[in-house]
Amino acid sequence: MDLTRRATLLTSAALAASVLHPERAFAQETPRRGGIMSVHFATEQRILNPSLQASTGVYIVGGKIQEPLVDLDANGNPAPCLAESWEAAPDGKTITFKLRQGVTWHDGRPFTAADVQFTAMEMWKKILNYGTAVQLFLEAVDTPDPHTAVFRYSRAMPLGLLLRALPDLGYVSPKHVYEGSDIRQNPANTAPIGTGPFRFVQYERGQFIIADRNPNYWRNNLPYLDRVIWRVVGDRAAAAAQMEAGQILFSPYSSLTIADLQRLGRDPRFEVTTKGNEGNARTNTLEFNFRNPVLADIRVRRAIAHALDVPFFIENFLGDFAKLGTGPIPSVSTDFYPQGMPQYAFDRRRANALLDEAGHRRGAGGVRFNLRLHPAPWGEDIALWSTFIQQSLQEVGIRVEIVRLDAAGFLRSVYNDWNFDLATGWHQYRNDPAVSTTVWYRSGQPKGAPWTNQWGWTDAETDRIIDDAQSEVDAAKRRALYADFVRRVNTELPIWMPIEQIFVSVLSKRLRNHSNTPRWASSSWHDLWLAS
Amino acid sequence: MRVLALAGRRLAASLPTLLIILIGLFLLLQLAPGDTVDALMAQMGGGSAEIAADLRAFYGLDLSVPAQLGNYLWRLVRLDLGFSAIYGKPVATVILERLPATLLLMTASLSFAFFFGLVLGVLAARRVNRWPDTLISTLGLVFYATPSFWFGLMAIVLFAVHLQWLPAGGFEEVEAGLTGFARMLDIASHLVLPTLTLGLIFLAIYLRIMRATMLEVLTLDFVRTARAKGLDETRVITRHVLRNALLPMVTLIGLQAGTMLGGSVVVESVFSLPGLGRLAYEAVVQRDLNTLLGIVFVSAVLVILVNFLVDLAYARLDPRIGAGR
Repeated sequence: MDLTRRATLLTSAALAASVLHPERAFAQETPRRGGIMSVHFATEQRILNPSLQASTGVYIVGGKIQEPLVDLDANGNPAPCLAESWEAAPDGKTITFKLRQGVTWHDGRPFTAADVQFTAMEMWKKILNYGTAVQLFLEAVDTPDPHTAVFRYSRAMPLGLLLRALPDLGYVSPKHVYEGSDIRQNPANTAPIGTGPFRFVQYERGQFIIADRNPNYWRNNLPYLDRVIWRVVGDRAAAAAQMEAGQILFSPYSSLTIADLQRLGRDPRFEVTTKGNEGNARTNTLEFNFRNPVLADIRVRRAIAHALDVPFFIENFLGDFAKLGTGPIPSVSTDFYPQGMPQYAFDRRRANALLDEAGHRRGAGGVRFNLRLHPAPWGEDIALWSTFIQQSLQEVGIRVEIVRLDAAGFLRSVYNDWNFDLATGWHQYRNDPAVSTTVWYRSGQPKGAPWTNQWGWTDAETDRIIDDAQSEVDAAKRRALYADFVRRVNTELPIWMPIEQIFVSVLSKRLRNHSNTPRWASSSWHDLWLAS
Repeated sequence: MRVLALAGRRLAASLPTLLIILIGLFLLLQLAPGDTVDALMAQMGGGSAEIAADLRAFYGLDLSVPAQLGNYLWRLVRLDLGFSAIYGKPVATVILERLPATLLLMTASLSFAFFFGLVLGVLAARRVNRWPDTLISTLGLVFYATPSFWFGLMAIVLFAVHLQWLPAGGFEEVEAGLTGFARMLDIASHLVLPTLTLGLIFLAIYLRIMRATMLEVLTLDFVRTARAKGLDETRVITRHVLRNALLPMVTLIGLQAGTMLGGSVVVESVFSLPGLGRLAYEAVVQRDLNTLLGIVFVSAVLVILVNFLVDLAYARLDPRIGAGR
């Protein structure tokens, strides 16, 4: 009798403790079911389907509703998602995916290889930005049975490249919804139907998007959350205030002002981190127009690179969210990052000497020549960086005029009209140099394609290395080729990429299981939960 | 009825103005570098030249400028505002979705500004050059000189973040799924801060105008006559002075109805409201010509409508106008 009573007492005491202090009661917290996740949605997109548009603004919503064939695990290695396993033929021309069974679309129809075939041929190869380049040599997708998709290429496709590209460029859309319609106008583009942990409910433009828990999700008993709400808040300062007021729990992709990031980083209610965004690295660029004969001289380009005190700029303006860049491949890309490449450390005397040597003597007021600098209008860091360039170059006798345009104007002037001397913006690195990096250097890019080689610079050696690496099946040889590539372009310097950045997330401390993969902000959040 | 005829004539005269505005804006936008496909590319983070050419054909941008303008005007004649590039829906639908928030905000803040501007203006005029006047005038100047985005942000920091009395932004609380009266209250609570922010600037203007006209009218002969008749001061002010002093205020409201439609971009952005101002801003940045022209069309129609009502109000306030001298 006595024993039982004591046992009861103990149990109730333990129960009370676990209710009051759940974090103390269990070393490993038990995930709590339910709750509403609210997310800052800074720039509204025209569509939400990630099979049709590869951008963070689409992944932040569509990535919870639709799923890719392959995702990344905590260490950045390819992990099964809608594909369970994969295998490449020795010649690299055939890659076979075994698909997950028992997966259904949100409208109840089964997911099969036909969906993969349709999405790959009609969306990735024809419409998806960067997808068209990666799948350029995709000839057909065979479906020998409903759970096998065989990708056939006319040129060898390195398995590593495809697997690193697919987490971003491998989202699958339902064939039965899109077949026979005008894909660009399909209503499902803004009301996506997927296989993911959350199913689309409502989109009010300019206000919010809602998605609810998918009860039939193939990962049993997941997700934990009941609902995700994206709040459209265009004003950065207002978004920070809404986070503080508790209306927003997560602001992804560096969407707040640098000052607010630093301020909220000191606030115990929030976590400000680059973790969970390693797959979204970017570098700040300095792009040269070779049609200006002054800039076609390599001594001038090197002088400009030497004139910039990048560590000073980072320390004083960007803080912990950036580091010194060393070229087109950022250091987070451990598979490809090459050591010991040519660099341009800050050296004003050397910059002056190079400019003198190039025949640009200082004239009236100490000015050697004038240049126009076009900064891209996205990101506060670009505006700061362009002013810093202007003032640094003033010191070595180059007078810079900053030309500010909005997004459409900037892209048109720089990449289509070639009406610039210097330009600066972001280069987005997408896990493999072949996805969106080498196009900045490969010659023969069609006029007007943004973020490609529009500099009027052609180098046969660079082109050869890029082409060889693109279809090299051996991983070690590919790595060596990309080291050659970086050495070459850092020497010739058609573009200089001196700053490396990773997107910054601001999260409420109530979130659990967050930032646990290198593309977490873009991923499906099936295991995310909210502490009370 | 002369009033109606007069107002009707002015209404007819505004049609050519509307046409000129639309054509002018269309041509002006052609001068802005880049088109909607460039803007889309910026959102996508890149894409090939084939994709761009494809999209230009899709949005009808491969036609010549006169052909595009011709198409637009022909559609307008049939009351079709066209298709929005950003939203993938008819422009009319897009605008109708945004109109309620704008109209609510505009009506609320104009009424607020008009009413308090009137009351404070009268108070200041009655106590001219004494401390109530100095206080009211100084406050008016402060409101007028403060940028609205700063005012809005400070209001959010104080009332939403620190005191937690009011929501920090948005038009309504979506999680709650409220209906009926509860939803109305919810929307009202979301509109308190934006209304005050937008209204305070206009309040300052109304206040100054009201004070000045009151002072002017107070010196006129008929006021002296009224006083000589033995009317008490309240009656003199309300029946004689106020009525005459209201004319410039009514003129101003007609003018400002237009400004407010476009001028609330800042307030809508700070408070994340789904209004026409933000839509217009987005349409410019994204070079969504149809949407922008649609907004200008609707705004112009609203301004014309408000001016029509103002014309009618004049006649009511000043019978001489209706008498048609």
